[in-house]
Amino acid sequence: METVIALIKNPMVIEFIVTMVKIGFIFGLTIGFFAPMLAWVERKQSAVMQDRVGANRAGVFGFTVIGLLHSLADAIKLIFKEDFIPRGAERGLHTLAPALAVIPALVVFAVIPFGGQYTLWGLDVNLVIADLDVGLLYVFAISSLATYGVVIAGWSSNNNWSLLGGLRASAQMFSYEVTMGLTVIGLIMYYQSLSLVDIVAKQENFWHWGIIWHFPAFVLFLACAVAENKRVPFDAPEAESELVAGYFTEYSGMKFVMFWTAEFIEMVSISGMCVALFLGGHHIPFLTQKFLLTALGDIFGPDWGGVVVMLIGVGVFITKLVILLVLQMTIRWTMPRFRYDQIMKLGWKMILPLSLCWIFLVGVGILTGVMPTP
Amino acid sequence: MKEENREKGYDFHEASRTETMTINMGPSHPATHGTVKFFLTLDGETIEDIDVEIGYLHRAFEKECEAQKWNGVFPYTDRLDYTASVLNNVGYAMAAEKLIGIEVPERCQYLRTMISEMARMSGHYTNVGAGALELGALTAFIYFIEARELLWDLIESVCGARLTHNYVRIGGLTNDLPDGFRENVKRVFAKNRKLWDDFDIMLTKNRIFLDRMRDTGGISQKDAIAWGFTGPCLRATGVPYDVRRAQPYLVYDRMNFDIPVGTTGDNFDRYLVRMEEIKQSMSIVEQCLAQMPEGPINVDDARWRMPSKDDSSTRMEPLIFHFKQVIEGPSIPVGEAYQAVEGANGELGYYLVSNGGGKPWKCRVRPPSFALTSALPLLVKGSLLADLIPTFDMINLIGGECDR
Repeated sequence: METVIALIKNPMVIEFIVTMVKIGFIFGLTIGFFAPMLAWVERKQSAVMQDRVGANRAGVFGFTVIGLLHSLADAIKLIFKEDFIPRGAERGLHTLAPALAVIPALVVFAVIPFGGQYTLWGLDVNLVIADLDVGLLYVFAISSLATYGVVIAGWSSNNNWSLLGGLRASAQMFSYEVTMGLTVIGLIMYYQSLSLVDIVAKQENFWHWGIIWHFPAFVLFLACAVAENKRVPFDAPEAESELVAGYFTEYSGMKFVMFWTAEFIEMVSISGMCVALFLGGHHIPFLTQKFLLTALGDIFGPDWGGVVVMLIGVGVFITKLVILLVLQMTIRWTMPRFRYDQIMKLGWKMILPLSLCWIFLVGVGILTGVMPTP
Repeated sequence: MKEENREKGYDFHEASRTETMTINMGPSHPATHGTVKFFLTLDGETIEDIDVEIGYLHRAFEKECEAQKWNGVFPYTDRLDYTASVLNNVGYAMAAEKLIGIEVPERCQYLRTMISEMARMSGHYTNVGAGALELGALTAFIYFIEARELLWDLIESVCGARLTHNYVRIGGLTNDLPDGFRENVKRVFAKNRKLWDDFDIMLTKNRIFLDRMRDTGGISQKDAIAWGFTGPCLRATGVPYDVRRAQPYLVYDRMNFDIPVGTTGDNFDRYLVRMEEIKQSMSIVEQCLAQMPEGPINVDDARWRMPSKDDSSTRMEPLIFHFKQVIEGPSIPVGEAYQAVEGANGELGYYLVSNGGGKPWKCRVRPPSFALTSALPLLVKGSLLADLIPTFDMINLIGGECDR
């Protein structure tokens, strides 16, 4: 018994448990909550925008719960679908590709802080799975791996439409990674850090939020983010009227769902990045964490007050995330689709020079003191 | 230089050699939806060569007509341009009437004009909306589908059918306007105008839509005429040819409407022409309703127009004509006639030959989209695969009409 208690009191074990809880939370949030919810939001929001009644068929004993059961019904249906691999396909790579698409999208979330740092019962809790010094670089490194999943899916399917989709996707994702990387250089200069935890901590003051001083970068970043996720208006790789379904034409059942899940989770993680970089992470405007801790600490006591503040922080983070997701959904249901060469032109000839200009302007601003760094 | 490299083991020429890719687009492809197949030769994404294969909706329409009595052809004509089916009815009925040499009552002419314009609106809604859909703008598409549904409610109240109307008969119509039709038109058109405006706001000045449509699928005026273009696609090149104005039929000469023309003949002009024609059609429908006189809707001649059930079940002579019509069909005089109407896609012509029997001896249709589709390779060769989509949509190949 004593050895067990000693083991539990061992800081390494505690850290391990805390990390596992955090990982579980992020997995639950992305795969368990956001992926099915976004499938529902996509249906319901489009229905609202298009004057339709929308998802209201799936129900249990007549209760449809405003269409929420559709995601469940979809999951059940797709699990029981035949897992079809076309003749002539590379079986191994064909099976591997969906995983290669999903994993980077999930792993990116490791460095995104989702609630701040707290001391509870003498234990330091930092609400981020991995507090990396080079968090931002890690995000770009990992998200570029997602390209492999798409390209391999396109190539291994032994289908010309898939191949065209894979090629379009690879060109688009490579181009927009470069551009997306450049749009955040200004922020790195401003916050003088590559760690997302640091960047969020420096946004405690509302006037230091990324979106205040870096609004042009925010717009460019969001455009790149949508392009990187291959959503309308940048969905040329999977343009259903041109390439049938692009790189996942030959996928069925759960493998098909994995591509969709990957798309939704990419949306969530890129929005998480956006919240951390531009929208102040878990911070509430004009309300410092210190103030909240003292105010709520008086009511609930220091430790339980910390827990409440932590929950508020996570809630604020998720709220900001949801706002960005709804914004992206609105764009998706409003715009037609770019042509493939127009996407390339937009990326290389417009967003790239603009972001370079912005880097220059930020540099000038910081050097002359016009832009006060936090 | 090349030789040296080859000695070293390099062959840049061989290493940078590219091949074209041949690919079947359709018939089961989201853009061709079962009606057509493109055999594409692609260099990267550039269309090197395209072979358009039509005929997937061939139903031997012209041959089938020869087996039907004159009035029995109407349901078949519905299935030509199924997005605007009354227009096909009207064209066929007018050709047959030309052969007989009768003129339908004035009220019937107004009604035919009115319902034709509603059908044209429905055709344009479908075409423009589907064009938006295939460029990824699903919301805009649903807006026009809503407008079309409301319009179909009106048409349904007149003739009982939504898609294949089967409303017109030789020498008249199946039925008159229902009660309260005018108020419904007012209500539906108010909503339609609002949806039109919403659609316009969403797309016409949308930069992405402009980029996709402008300077794609263009054709010169000369080429368009040489390829037999008619309808919105011809007018987009700047030729103000409209059968309604050039050879006025029904009561179009009494209507006040504009014929919109484009300048460049590209997809965007085709889109704009169609959008404006929807508005013009709405105005024509309203003018028809305002000017429409009271009176009969059928010719008072039992040889051509089947007597009503009341008549034929109470009086001797109508009963005989009813019997003759059903068993033998109207014996239309020997001769031939060509009558064109302005279909949703262009000049829709019917060439009928009668040998005096109760059935057409020959019924030939001039489908506008056949001529348009034949020029498709000219429009898309050398452009990107993605440009094929808006071009194909604005050409508006209606399988039922093109393949017959």
